[in-house]
Amino acid sequence: MDVIIDNLPAYVDGFLRTLFLSVVSGIFALIFGTLLAAARVSPVAALRGFSMTYVEIVRNTPLTIAFFFAAVVLPRLGVTFQQFEVAAIIALSAYTSAFIAEAVRSGVNSVPVGQAEAARSIGMKFSQVLTLIILPQALRTVIPPMINILIALVKNSSVAGAFYVMELFGYGRQLANANGDAVLWVLVGVAFFYLLITVPLGYIANLVERKVAIAR
Amino acid sequence: MSSVLYDVPGPKARRVSLIGSIIGVIAIAGLLWWSISILAQQGIFEPQRWAVFQIPDVWVLIGNGIGATLTAAAVAAVIAFPLGLVLCLMRISDVAWIRIPTRIVLEFLRGMPVVLMMFFVLLVFATGSFVAVVAGLVLYNSAIFAEIIRAGIQSLPKGQREAGLAIGLTSFASRRSIELPQAIRRMLPSLVAQLVVLLKDTSLGYIVSYEELLRKVQIMADFLGPDYLFPVFFVAAAIYIAINFSVSRLAIWIEKRGSKKAAGGVVHVPVAGIPAK
Repeated sequence: MDVIIDNLPAYVDGFLRTLFLSVVSGIFALIFGTLLAAARVSPVAALRGFSMTYVEIVRNTPLTIAFFFAAVVLPRLGVTFQQFEVAAIIALSAYTSAFIAEAVRSGVNSVPVGQAEAARSIGMKFSQVLTLIILPQALRTVIPPMINILIALVKNSSVAGAFYVMELFGYGRQLANANGDAVLWVLVGVAFFYLLITVPLGYIANLVERKVAIAR
Repeated sequence: MSSVLYDVPGPKARRVSLIGSIIGVIAIAGLLWWSISILAQQGIFEPQRWAVFQIPDVWVLIGNGIGATLTAAAVAAVIAFPLGLVLCLMRISDVAWIRIPTRIVLEFLRGMPVVLMMFFVLLVFATGSFVAVVAGLVLYNSAIFAEIIRAGIQSLPKGQREAGLAIGLTSFASRRSIELPQAIRRMLPSLVAQLVVLLKDTSLGYIVSYEELLRKVQIMADFLGPDYLFPVFFVAAAIYIAINFSVSRLAIWIEKRGSKKAAGGVVHVPVAGIPAK
């Protein structure tokens, strides 16, 4: 127990870094994922094809492989990152955006057909139908699954800790090595800080889900 | 759905779309060409780099890696599913002192990174890396399986359980012979999709030094020299993606087939708290 209190600054620093990684990657993933979903339902065949291929490949690639590529393979090819955080953010947002895209797409599909028909019958074009009518409704219904994807993102950011990025898991490894006799408490401390993010987010997802369920 | 969002494109729109498509394809091709030329500058495409695949031992190592990956995934899946079933029954038990602690445990397991659990088992219980990988996967995925099955049971009409109880079945007998068979069938696509996640997560074994495919890549690169890292990595990544892709297809196939065969069809229940990883 003492080991947690003694190393509290390290924990808090790791916690903030995990939070930072998750928030920045989350914002990028939300933007890019929504664009991918829009491309997936667009009239342009090449955009649809690109979006589909991207989502299929990324969803079937383990995140560890992406990080291994960025951390081990790329430097050998002469591409190095000044700050590895940048690579971590790119990998995490690229990975998460595929799941966001799938969630948004299922949201778009859940909007009643009449909405799009009505919008088109008053003369809106595709971009207007999508941004003014469909997406605002679709995003509302996909908030709970999206929060779940963001929870997964917070947990996935731990993989970055295994590849040069000092965040919660990275600090946990370091502290576990330094305090061989108190490994249990070191890791319980790490778990606590992860739960500090994921459990409240899970509750928000449940609350929103109930709200949305009543509204529909 | 997509056809509802826009009019059937006329000649002008088709032309614009075609031009856009061509520009897009050219842009992507350019990007690919650029990365390939960077790779070529590093001498990636020199034949002797790829000659490494003529060494039988390389394929033996890759085979061992695939074997280790699949073994960990299979063992974890086989343990996690029954455990998930038990956790699910405890989670929806009528007895509060079983239900509430189970709920807390599930919340706890779902909120933690898998790699942290593997690391925990590895260090605290001083097990080998195989046990650590399997234990981490089992802990996490049994919690997810439990939630998926629970969502399946909750998606059933109330009358199923009521009828079961009305003809004198005990609560457990009703769950076992009436609700679970229907729930599992309905949730089969989600369960198989979770298997893909499990399979992907075996690559986290790399971090706890389990000698799965990715770790074998590292070992081979250390042994053969850095020049061979890229070819070996490339092949390993392709194998990983191919395996996962096949299992994903299986999930989609089950979903399509199931919607015809399963009683009431398979359902897309938005499962509360299940991260779509």
